Amino acid sequence: MNLQNLWFVLIVVLWSGYFLLEGFDFGVGMLLPSLPRDDEERSQMFETIGPVWDGNEVWLVTAGGATFAAFPAWYATMFSGLYIALLAVLFFLIIRVISFEWRSKSTSPRWRKVWLWANAIGSFGASLIWGVGLANLLYGMPIDSSGDFSGTFWDLFNGYTLLGGLAVVAIFAFHGATFLTLRTGGDLRERAGRASKRLSLLAAVLGAAFLILTVVVAVNRNDKNVFPPVLPAAIGTAALVLALLFIHRRRQAWAFTMTGLAAIALVVTLFTSLYPRVIVSSTDFANSLTVSGSASQHYTLQVMSIVALIFVPLVLLYQGWTYHVFRARVGGPKEEPTH
Amino acid sequence: MILATSTTVDLARAQFATTSIYHFLFVPLTLGLGPIVAIFQTMWRRSGDERWLRLTHFFGTLFLINFAIGVATGLVQEFQFGMNWSVYSTFVGNVFGAPLAIEGLAAFFLESTFLGLWIFGWDRLSPRLHLATLWVAVVGSWLSAYFILVANSFMQDPVGYKLENGQAVLTSVWALLGSHWAYYAFIHTVLAGLTAGAAVVFGVCCWHFVRGRNVELFRPAAKVALWILVPVSVFNLWFGSHFGILVTSLQPMKISASEAQWDTCSSCAFSLFQVGGFAQSDQTPSFSIEIPDMLSFLATGSFSGTVKGLTPLNDQYKAMYGPGDYLPPVESVYWSMRGMAYTGSFVALVAVVGAFLYWKRRLERLRWFLWIAVVTSFLPFVAAAFGWLLTELGRQPWIVQGLLKTADANSPAVSTTWLVISLAVFVCLYIALLVLDIWLMRRYAGRDPSTPAEEPGGASPAPAVGY
Repeated sequence: MNLQNLWFVLIVVLWSGYFLLEGFDFGVGMLLPSLPRDDEERSQMFETIGPVWDGNEVWLVTAGGATFAAFPAWYATMFSGLYIALLAVLFFLIIRVISFEWRSKSTSPRWRKVWLWANAIGSFGASLIWGVGLANLLYGMPIDSSGDFSGTFWDLFNGYTLLGGLAVVAIFAFHGATFLTLRTGGDLRERAGRASKRLSLLAAVLGAAFLILTVVVAVNRNDKNVFPPVLPAAIGTAALVLALLFIHRRRQAWAFTMTGLAAIALVVTLFTSLYPRVIVSSTDFANSLTVSGSASQHYTLQVMSIVALIFVPLVLLYQGWTYHVFRARVGGPKEEPTH
Repeated sequence: MILATSTTVDLARAQFATTSIYHFLFVPLTLGLGPIVAIFQTMWRRSGDERWLRLTHFFGTLFLINFAIGVATGLVQEFQFGMNWSVYSTFVGNVFGAPLAIEGLAAFFLESTFLGLWIFGWDRLSPRLHLATLWVAVVGSWLSAYFILVANSFMQDPVGYKLENGQAVLTSVWALLGSHWAYYAFIHTVLAGLTAGAAVVFGVCCWHFVRGRNVELFRPAAKVALWILVPVSVFNLWFGSHFGILVTSLQPMKISASEAQWDTCSSCAFSLFQVGGFAQSDQTPSFSIEIPDMLSFLATGSFSGTVKGLTPLNDQYKAMYGPGDYLPPVESVYWSMRGMAYTGSFVALVAVVGAFLYWKRRLERLRWFLWIAVVTSFLPFVAAAFGWLLTELGRQPWIVQGLLKTADANSPAVSTTWLVISLAVFVCLYIALLVLDIWLMRRYAGRDPSTPAEEPGGASPAPAVGY
């Protein structure tokens, strides 16, 4: 495998990490207005993701930085082309980030309500747009021959990309709910379990539909064969169905594993469908950006590979340790962690 | 057509200036307050004195209120290179992207993960390990400052690259990471951050002294703050002017513009204040106050040194890079330099006087000085903003010195409408957040730390710093 392909894989890994990790904290955020009964439970929900959300978000920051370094032309076209969409993402992420530190800083019910909704709306909005945005890379954006976006904001929306947004929202909400069944206690945990059951069907239907359609779009619009994209799509669909079965049998740890797997499979399906292109042009297929056409020079990729080789394992190690430190349930009757 | 093009660049520049300066109102406090809070917690571990623990919680809360905005606005910084400056991004990505990606992998992960551990780890980690998490987070924030300044230094003094097919291509990562510009900028920035952190701690202490509250508690905090503030703010004045000598050799235009020096001179006088003399058509000020030989000393390190003037430099650049105008906005650069230097000097002066009064045990009773110290806690942020204006305006018309002009670097796909929308969104959001931040900071800075940190009726029995 040459370094360009390796970096394509690494970008997929970073987005996968982002969907797996921030996926559940977005999900917890979306459930904030409906799940808790009182302020104590709301604070408990915040506390389940409090120690980890910031580290989770760095997966996005790093995906952005790595795209800039390894595929400058992809970064430039994607970020300027998805302009208004990314502006909205930034808005949603900013109000959400601030809600974490600021909500607790006043006892005024109105203040707390505002920041709770900021988190919920931010989580929902950012999830929706990431789904729409990534689906656009595959479905095709109006890219001209100089590699610039030449359409309007509304060109980003069609049935497929909207389905992508909704599927990501549903999967993240489900993922967050299964996370809460593992990290909360008492009544809140029971309600998180019931919410997961309700969300499981929605996530399975929307997720499976999007994964299958993604393979169809890859074949029709990106000159791909059914295989390999069908493989991660099948795994993702199976994971969603299994998550549904597990959550109904109260096997919550398994259900969470499966929702996480589904979040990763969605990213992998999209990027496998894209390869060897990174953005499909709907204006003229020949204008599409490719891995080799947008990659940095060999030396930059070499340097970045060494850096990644050193730091990615380290990051996994200490982030894993953080999850271990905060493994105890928040609130409810005290339970000893099992391991 | 020409009008339309220049408007998109202007809007993109306005947006970059707004979001960067705003972001940098919060960064210095993260860089500077973090280590001070860590020092408080270390003192608590060493002495067992509960006052240090209360100070840790008290200033830790102020630290986190600001940290949130720093993180949130930092995302904008990363995204807007691609959003607003796609030509720039493609041109420099090979080189400039690398430190950004390394910043994420090596610094942001460290900072955010370990800060999460610190905030929530009070009763889950051993005291020693818990203290270590904060120090690791501080190291992460300093590392991120280094890597982002490496990226910025490529715009000021590109090194470690070659041009290939119209792109800057990395040839030596060590040359890039070892850029002299980056080292100077890093030290200057970290010292500015420490100045800001210490000035805020000192200002908050003085505010409590004015009101005669918690004097016993805040006295040791004021002492720690002064131990940092005096040497750091004074040294940074010297270091900043020393940095100027490097800039003279790498970006002579920036230095000459910051002095509105039109003609080449030897033993040049430093203009403290002047009226007029900022335009090619109006080169002689109608009024000025000058210090003889001082400009030569600041710019070259020698009182008799030669400083190249704007006019000959402009002619030289025309010969090198083709017809055009290579002058930065002289008046803005001139005043930015003075805004930075004068506020920085004032902070150092207040620090030295404060330390003297503290030593003579008179600080807590001199109300007029205490009020000055309270106001001074805002000034390092003003100085930092002027410093960035000087750095980035003084680089114009280049976005990458000598390689790419700002006017050619923005995103062709982005229309004025989009830019106006995004600028409006950021300005409205940022103003709202600033108002709320100041309200929160004032509320928490004025709080009485001897009462339980979290208000009664707060939802969780969580530690002082938490949700």
